[in-house]
Formats: sequence, C-alpha cells, structure tokens
Amino acid sequence: MNFVIPSFTPAIPEIVLLTLTSLLLVADTIWSKRSEFATYYATQLILLVVGYLVWTSFSVEQVLTFDGSFVRDAFGDVLKLFIVIISMGIFLFSKEYLLQQKFYRGEYFTLGLFGVLGMFVMVSAYNLITLYLGLEIMSLAIYAMVAMRKDNQFALESAMKYFVLGALATGMLLYGFSMLYGATGTIQFNEMAEVIASGNVDHVVLSFGVVFVVIGLAFKLGAVPFHMWVPDVYHGAPTAVTLYIGTAPKLAAFAIMYRLLVEGLPGLVEDWQSLIIMISILSLIVGAVITLVQDNLKRLLAYSGIGHVGFLLLGIIAANPDGYSAAMFYVIVYAITAVAGFGMITALARTGNEFDLIADFKGMNKRNPWLALMMLFVMFSMAGIPPFVGFYAKVLVIEEVVAAGFTWLAILAVVTAVISAFYYLKVVKVMYFDEPDDNTKVEPISNQLNWAVSFVSIALLLLGLMPSPLITLCYNSL
Amino acid sequence: MIFDLPILSTLIWLPILGGLLILFVGSNRDAFAKWFALFISVVTFLCSIPLWTNFDTTTSAMQFVERVEWIPQFNIYYSLGVDGLSMPLVLLTTFTQILVIASAWDVIKERVEQYMGAFMVMQGLMIGVFVALDGILFYVFWEALLIPMFIVIGKWGGPNRVYATIKFFLYTFFGSVFMLVAFLYMYFQSGSFSILDFHTMSLSHMAQILIFLAFLIAFAVKVPMFPVHTWLPDAHVQAPTAGSVVLAAIMLKMGGYGFVRFSLPITPDAAMELDWLVIVLSLIAIFYIGLVAMVQSDMKKLVAYSSISHMGFVTIGMFLVYDIVQNTGSIQGSMIGMEGAMIQMISHGFISGAMFLMIGVLYDRMHTREISAYGGVVNTMPWFGFFAVLFAMANAGLPGTSGFVGEFMVILASFKANVWYGVIAASTLIIGAAYTLWMVKRVFFGAVANDNVGTLQDLNKREFAIMATLAVAVVLLGVYPAPLIDVMHSSVANLLIQATTSKL
Repeated sequence: MNFVIPSFTPAIPEIVLLTLTSLLLVADTIWSKRSEFATYYATQLILLVVGYLVWTSFSVEQVLTFDGSFVRDAFGDVLKLFIVIISMGIFLFSKEYLLQQKFYRGEYFTLGLFGVLGMFVMVSAYNLITLYLGLEIMSLAIYAMVAMRKDNQFALESAMKYFVLGALATGMLLYGFSMLYGATGTIQFNEMAEVIASGNVDHVVLSFGVVFVVIGLAFKLGAVPFHMWVPDVYHGAPTAVTLYIGTAPKLAAFAIMYRLLVEGLPGLVEDWQSLIIMISILSLIVGAVITLVQDNLKRLLAYSGIGHVGFLLLGIIAANPDGYSAAMFYVIVYAITAVAGFGMITALARTGNEFDLIADFKGMNKRNPWLALMMLFVMFSMAGIPPFVGFYAKVLVIEEVVAAGFTWLAILAVVTAVISAFYYLKVVKVMYFDEPDDNTKVEPISNQLNWAVSFVSIALLLLGLMPSPLITLCYNSL
Repeated sequence: MIFDLPILSTLIWLPILGGLLILFVGSNRDAFAKWFALFISVVTFLCSIPLWTNFDTTTSAMQFVERVEWIPQFNIYYSLGVDGLSMPLVLLTTFTQILVIASAWDVIKERVEQYMGAFMVMQGLMIGVFVALDGILFYVFWEALLIPMFIVIGKWGGPNRVYATIKFFLYTFFGSVFMLVAFLYMYFQSGSFSILDFHTMSLSHMAQILIFLAFLIAFAVKVPMFPVHTWLPDAHVQAPTAGSVVLAAIMLKMGGYGFVRFSLPITPDAAMELDWLVIVLSLIAIFYIGLVAMVQSDMKKLVAYSSISHMGFVTIGMFLVYDIVQNTGSIQGSMIGMEGAMIQMISHGFISGAMFLMIGVLYDRMHTREISAYGGVVNTMPWFGFFAVLFAMANAGLPGTSGFVGEFMVILASFKANVWYGVIAASTLIIGAAYTLWMVKRVFFGAVANDNVGTLQDLNKREFAIMATLAVAVVLLGVYPAPLIDVMHSSVANLLIQATTSKL
C-alpha cells in the first residue's frame, strides 16, 4: 500500500484558521493580563485573513482532497465567506455587550473561532465522518459558550438543555449514518450516490437511515417537531451567544443538509422530500402561531426563526438546483437579518437590563427615532415586505415550490407569512405608537455599535433594492 | 419629453428621495419640512403635466416607456409606462398630493418631518403602482405602500388607531399575497414577469379561475368590496385627515386599477364566468352599504361607507361588459360602463378627498366628528358652507358635478345589461342623496346649535385655496369630461377587446 500525500491547498483556510486560533488560545492567557482587547482584535484579524484566503482562492471547480473526505467548491466558498462576514459582525456586537455584562473573557472569542472552524468543516465535508467532525467541533464550542455565564441560572439551565438535546440529536444522526453506511458500504457522499443509483441496496435500511438523518438535521436546524430547545436556549443564553447561535450556524446546518441529502442521497429524493415537507409545514405553522404570544423579543425571534427554517426548507423541497439556490439565498438573508435583530438587542443591553422585552422598545421612536427606523427595517424584512430583502428571499423559495408543483404549499406559506406579519408589526407598533415608560434617550453602548446596527439594517434595504448580485451569487454557486 | 427626462422615474423617485431627505434633515425643523414637502409636491405635479400634454390619445400602447434590467435571473425588469387607464390616475395622485401636504400644514405638530416624509414616500410608491409594467415591480410598490400608511394611521390617528392600523395592514397584506402567488404561477408558465406578457399568455380554464380568484381577493380588499370592506371604516375614522384623503382618493383606486390591468385582460374567460360574483357584491355595496352610511352618527364613518358604496359603481361598471355583449352583440355598448367606471374613479378621488378635507376642517376646530355636535355651521362659516354643500351635491351625484358623469354612465350601462341591475344601481341616487343631504342639513343648516359652533372661524386662506381647487376640479370634470374620456378612449377600447377575447 503506497501512501500519497494529499493536497493541502483546498483546505488552506481551515488550516490557517485552526493554527491561528490555537495560537490565540495560548496568547490569550498572556494577553488577558496586559491588554484587554488584544484577543478581540486578534479574532477579527484572523477572520479577516481567513476571509481573504477564501476570497482569493475562490474555486469554480469542485476539488476533492484528503481521500475525498473534503470538498472545495463555489457553494462552500460562498457560504464560508458569509460565515466569516457574519461572524465578524457577531464578534463586533459581542465585545461591548460582554463588557457591559461584566463577563468579558478571551475564551468567548477563541471558542467562537473554533465554532467557525467547525462550520467551515461542515460546509466542506464530503463524507459522513468529516461532517460529523465539523458538527461536533461547532457544537462543543457553542455548548461552552452558552454555559459561560456561570452565575446565571437561566444560562446554565439552557446550556444543560442544549447539551443533552444536542447529544440526543447527534446520536440520531450517528445512528442514521451507521445505517447509511451499512446499506451502501461507503461513507463517501459521491460513492453513496452511485451505489444507491445502481440499485443494489437494501431500501428499507436506507429509508430508516434517512429518517434518522433528517431528524438529526432538523434538530440542528431547529425545525418542528425537534425545535423544543430553540426558544429556551435562545432566551437563556447571554444575548451575545444567542446572536452567535441564531445566525452563522444556520448557514452551516443548511450546508450539511445540502451535502448529505442532495449530494449524498439524491436517489432517495422521494423519501426525504416527504419528510421535509412535513417538517416544513409544521415549522411554518408553529413558527407563525406560537410566536404570537411571546412578549420577550429573544423568544419571539427564536420562534420566528423556526418559521424561517420552514421557509428555507421549501427551497429544499423543490429538489432541484434552483430550489437549493433559493434556499441558500434565504438562509444567507435570514442570517444577515437575524444579526441585525439580535445585534439591536445586544447593542442596547445594559447591566441589569437585557433590553430583550418587547415592552423595552416602547416609544422607541421618541427615545431614538433613528434606531426605531432601523428596527423597523429589520422587522419588515423579517416579515418579508418589500422593498426589504426578506421579501425576495420569500419570493424565491415560494417561486421554486410553485415551479415544483406544490402550489398548495406555497399558499400555506404565504398564509403563515401573513400571520407572522402580525407579531413583527407588534414590535413596530410598540416602537412607534406606544408611549415610553421613561423619556430618556436610548443609545447603543458605543458609537461604533450605532454604526454597526445602522449598517446592517440599511444593508437590508439596499439588498432589497438591488437583490440581483446576491441572487446571482447564490444561483451561480450551484 | 422635456430635457429628455425619464418622466415616470422622476415622478416616482423625486418624492421618495425628497421624503427621505426630509426625514433625515428635518427633525426639529418643522417649517423646513413643510415647505420642502410642498415644494417637491408642486415640482412633481409640474413634472406630471407633460404626461397629459404629450399624451398620444390615438393609441392604446404604453407610452413614456422605460425599461432597465433589474433582476435578470428571473427576467424581472424595472419597466414603466402609462396608457389611458393609468395616466389619469397618476395625475390624480400628483394633484391630490399638493392638497394633502397643504391640509396638514397647521394641524400636525408632532414629528412633522416624519409625517411629511411618510406622505412623500407614499406618493412615489403610489405612482409606482400605476406605472409599473413588471409584476414584481408592481408588487413591490403595492406592498411597500403599506409601511408608511401603517405608520401614518398608527401614529397620528385617533384613539383606536392601533387596532385600525393593524387591521388595515393585515387585511391588505393578506389579500395581496395571493396576487403574488398568482404572479409566480404565471411567471412559471410564461417565463416572464412582464404585465404585457401576462396579457397575451394563454391559460387553461382552471388556471384562469384560480388566478382570477387570487386577484379578486387582492383587489376586493383594496377597493374595498363587500364583505371585506370592514377595515376601511376603521382605518378612515382613525386616520388623520390627510391619511383618509390618500386612502380614499388614491389607494382605493389601486384596487380598481388592478381589475382593469390584471383581472380582465389576463383571465377574460374566468371573468366572463364569474362576473356575476363581482356584480352581486358590487350591488350589495351600492345598496346595502349605502343604507349603512345613512345611519352613521360619525361624519367620517358616513363618508367612509359612502366611499365603499361609490366604489361599487367602479367595480360593477367594469364587469358589466359580458352581460352587455350578450344582450347587444357588440362590445361598443359596454364602452360606456367601462369609461363610466374610470371616470367614477377619478371623480371619487376628488369628491371623497374633498369630503374628508371638509370633515378635517371641522374636526380641527371642534375636535369632534359627531354629527349631533353640530348644527347651523353655515351661519358662522359661510364660505365653508358653500363648498361643503357643493361637495355634498357632487357626492350625491348632482348633474353638473363630476359625481354625476361616472354614475350616470354606469347606470346607463347597467340598464343595458339587466334591468334589475339598473334599478338597484340607480337606487343609489336616492340613497346617496339621502345620507349626504341629511348630513348637510344636520351639520350646516338650521339654527346655531351651541356656543362652540357659534364661535367657529370661517376658512382661512390656505383652507380656502384647497377647497376652491377641488371645487374647480369637481365642476370642471362634471361639465366637461370630454378630455378625460378622450385620453382613455383607445385604451378602454383595447381593454374591452382583451376582456372579450377568449384565451382558451
């Protein structure tokens, strides 16, 4: 047996990220005594470097390496770029929040970077093991981040919940993986696809495998009926961490869904399509209905996030490249919008007041008209009302399900969109029409965050007016 | 075209950008906000005049066309154009806007810049709705319009404004998403979002029925037709005066416009099959809602219900086509119904705008809209009384005012289609006269009812100018509607051909 040294080039961004993060882990223990923000700046720098590496080596062709376990393609690169951009935003918002809440620690950033590494691996995974590896790197980092606030009962409880349920989901996923392996005799996605296409497989075992895999993935995405952890974890975690788990990992979760179901199991479309239709319908309905009664903004965004997952799955249901592109566009737009939404809360939170109740936003228009307008942008974009970019995200996935012949599903989706418009409107209503409890001006913690919030929110409008480049990017990457 | 300016884009973006500018630099500079808004409105109106003067009345083709690639992956274009159906509505919008801005001059004291900004943005979006030739572009303007209106009603409205504004938003949003699904379906069939392509594409019977129903939900909510009209009285009563004016004068017209731009030409066979539905609902609106208007004690509510009743004429006029063709064998006869409907839209824009402005004037002085709080107003406000009676007459459809022309044409057409339609439709002349004149009697005539009324001030110069402008418009259109009919004639003829040509 001769040993061939694999090509490391396709994985350079991951390798650099891993190396630098490990160095940072050591450096942080030294730096933290001398310079408070060194780790933060180093984190942003690392992300910048990694982003630059992805950008400059943007791949058009699909390249496999490490014995076919790792893939580099345009689809992955686009997602990685957005993971980097969104993470930079997350860390920017988090810094001031952590300072305010008096638990600024270097670990938050190093853990965050490891999470990003996990997402990168998930995006590039081309066999079951790599996929699992990436998922666990990310999940472990996030478990720790949720639990970082040792003095807070809620945070600990939600960390526990997240960990136990996350482990359960992983178990499901692994169980499904073992069946897929058992039936096809391979862990490689492309080989799996070939074996299934050849027809020499035990379809029963495969179907069971698919069921478990879809359950595991639905857990990770937070889709109904595997969504129970989402509101509690979003609510209980420190807002900076909620910002983290509510945004970038969605891109990675979408990526593994795509890799596994589309690249690995295209022969089983009928099996997973019907499962995902069910999950999507439930997510749409639960996301729309349960959200109506929330009075905590973090919970509201968590439940509405479930509804958004329902929408994103519509693109996958279409089961063709255009549908996947629409789903990809949706998930990117959702992540950006969620950064703006959670970012707003993060920027306004103060010691002793998390600013996460809808009532906290009462009379925002009097207390800070500019921020109220920005929040209005976020809410209307989430509701999918033009001219904000959230509208196009919804239009594209709906268009793809209509094209795939599921017009009834499209109608259900728009009905839930109308229902969910109600609670987004409620936030706008509170900001614009209610009298504030006190008339003091609300300011973000720092001027920098004021700019950041404004930048992201205005981006929602500009992307809505000019959606074409982002759409092109998503449609050309598949 | 003057200076080769893209007129339609100018009409859309000038107010929108102006509105945003007011929003950003106008805080705590109320005078600037007002004057700047007025300035932009006047400039926009002046820019819209070439649409009329340079309009080619001999063709039904789109004019002043602009077309730029917008989202090429989905064949979505930023494409604009007007024909005889949309051009008068654009002018109505630019004209009304000046009055709307002027009417809020002394009334709005809180966050003036947001108020003016919202109305400016709304104007641009409304023009966008009337001139968009691409389905998605149309939908974007259509929906985006909800946002400023939502804010305007909710922020500057009456005591129950929040309920009213959310109801308004959800009703109209609910209606229009079905239109979106219909657009997407047609895109999937034809590969294009161009409205003109929609007109020529062939559709199966079932598809037409479903698309027609989707459109019907969207436009019926907007018009609004019975039984989805309930948001309108709430929205009107709670909205500030200018909000009511924009709602009644222009936003309701978007629903009527939707019928002529989408329902009739795109799904002619379904329209022929289901025209009875629209006609019955319109007749209920005309007759029953007219009766409902009669028992209102709140003036604004009365005018709101009267709006619904009058808009019933618009929808019935449009859908009489098929019955008339069946009876007379030619589409020429249905011309009068369609043109009557179009004139009724413009005329209702003037009259309802005037009525709401009138109530606004009273409300500013007395802070109540209850009819019972008034009496003998004409004694203390003679000029106001003069205009009020004129507009009331127009609302009741008195010959010589614009209200007469449209209603009369539609009633004529109704008789051609079916005697009973005609009888019920004509009943509005009595009911409408009853509720309007009864209100006028109770509010304006008789002895001065109380001390508050006794101390009322007559119209100031600004209010006088607004009322006089509208009075001129109402009378001019009533006496000499020919120019308006000329403008729309070719387009209406073309529309009737489209509406009666089977796509099966």
